[in-house]
Amino acid sequence: MINGVSIYEILTLTSIMFFIGVYGFFTRKNLIAMLVSVELILNSAAVNFVIINKYMFPGKLGGDIFSIFIIAVAAAETALALAIIINLYRLIMSVKTKDLETMKY
Amino acid sequence: MNWNQIFLMRQELFLTIVILLMLIADILVSDKKALNKIAIALFALQTVFGFFSVYEGSLFGGMYVTDSLTFAFKNILNIGVFLIVLQSASFLDKNLSEIKKVGEFYIILFSSLLGIYFMISAGHFLILYLGLELSILPISALAAYELYNRKSSEAAIKLILSAAISSGVFLFGITILYADAGSLYLKDMNGNLSLTYFSIMGMVFMFSGLAFKISLVPFHFWTADVYEGAPTAVSNYLSVISKAGAVFILVVLLFVSLRSMVDIWKYMIYGITVLTMFVGNFFALRQQNLKRFLAFSSIAQAGFITMALLSVDRLGVSSIIYFLAIYIFSNIGAFGVVEAVALKTGKENIDDYKGLYRTNPMVSLVLMLSLFSLAGIPPVAGFFGKFFLYTAAASKGYYALVFIAVVNVTISLYYYLIVVRAAFLRKSEKPIPYFKSDIYMKTSLFIVTIALLVMGLFSPFYEYIYDISNIVNF
Repeated sequence: MINGVSIYEILTLTSIMFFIGVYGFFTRKNLIAMLVSVELILNSAAVNFVIINKYMFPGKLGGDIFSIFIIAVAAAETALALAIIINLYRLIMSVKTKDLETMKY
Repeated sequence: MNWNQIFLMRQELFLTIVILLMLIADILVSDKKALNKIAIALFALQTVFGFFSVYEGSLFGGMYVTDSLTFAFKNILNIGVFLIVLQSASFLDKNLSEIKKVGEFYIILFSSLLGIYFMISAGHFLILYLGLELSILPISALAAYELYNRKSSEAAIKLILSAAISSGVFLFGITILYADAGSLYLKDMNGNLSLTYFSIMGMVFMFSGLAFKISLVPFHFWTADVYEGAPTAVSNYLSVISKAGAVFILVVLLFVSLRSMVDIWKYMIYGITVLTMFVGNFFALRQQNLKRFLAFSSIAQAGFITMALLSVDRLGVSSIIYFLAIYIFSNIGAFGVVEAVALKTGKENIDDYKGLYRTNPMVSLVLMLSLFSLAGIPPVAGFFGKFFLYTAAASKGYYALVFIAVVNVTISLYYYLIVVRAAFLRKSEKPIPYFKSDIYMKTSLFIVTIALLVMGLFSPFYEYIYDISNIVNF
């Protein structure tokens, strides 16, 4: 528990973070920036788990453990996505979404 | 926990051993063609081994649950993956000079299957999430397997970005449900949920995360691009095995965890079913590339599957499982023919298939049977699958929805027949010349044909599935 900060304020913050992530994912034109937006979404979920566990169900550990796993899996996901992006950059010398439209409709 | 209990998860354990043996074989065996044979032999053992006697129970304090239904479903998936492994052996043999890596294809493929195993026997959201990630991350690495091919990398980046955002949304939904129910166990959630807007929002987020994996309509944008760009064996895996696993866990979540919200999610499912069927069918009408065509057809099939979710009972579960079993065979057959033709000639368009029957009668026969099964024409298996889905929806009085589904079957019949007509009736100046597939591809297509005919003439195991689909009475 943090003195003077209630659960509402933190949940508002994580919700804003989540929607910034979703907004960024759909508007960014760069693959790396899209990946950063996805990280925002995953981090907002991880913070949510910790906060809900701490404020609403103290004494249990479910949410805390979950957030650790989220961080680990997110790291693996980012590593794989970056590897694919690097391979793509070698092929087409670009990481812009507008260059990824050879397959449409 | 004693040592006997650990054998409840022996399918997972044995698959892990298979993966480790493949790793060792990849180091020790220098002949790349032999690696194909080793992988096929090991996975055939895994498939046979899976049929031995069933145990029921749970492990790790209820985090891992297994019963007859998950066991049977894992066996169905095993058979499907075995057929895909045969087809990938054909693909890897052909492209050996360009790819030079054989062992890791199978290691990554089997890791993804391990993820699906954990996902469908999850009793806790943590295992569910880890299984979901373990199933989709390796497969997006495989989508980029043709490193020199631009389309393949493009498909992979589209797949991994949509998988990442969908699992993020899924997780955010879980946090909301966790705040409301106070438990992360699938079974405990049902009684503790309140029906506030807060928990409904969580349910919608969680559902949309899974809908990405099943490619239901508002979340289907990645499907066609990924299926077209990825190697055909990988598109095949994505369209049947990944989708079947995600559908299974969606059934468990909706019927067990979110059962108290049934009055809310049934409207959502109703709308999504109608949208999915229409959008999938209408977009399939205008495709030229066969892989894109099959992608939209698989979106439309997902719409038929969600229709049966509306009957929240045993009939719904068993009809969905039975339909998935048939769908696995039909789609693997269709994708297998596309792969066999593409490997020999590099052609993937519907127009290229003109006159295929005159030059390659056997292959076009398999193509016809699989497409008829997807469309649901009586002599082949697909008819019974669709029939049970209609029965499930009609048993709760959704006659309007069944009518819409029948209209959609008619539309789908039209575009499936376009392909069959091109292969059988149309003549062409330059048809695809006669070719001989290798033994792997032949075996795979042979098994598919036999399965489609046998399951169409009599449904031997529908009653068995009906008996064991008791997840609703957890």
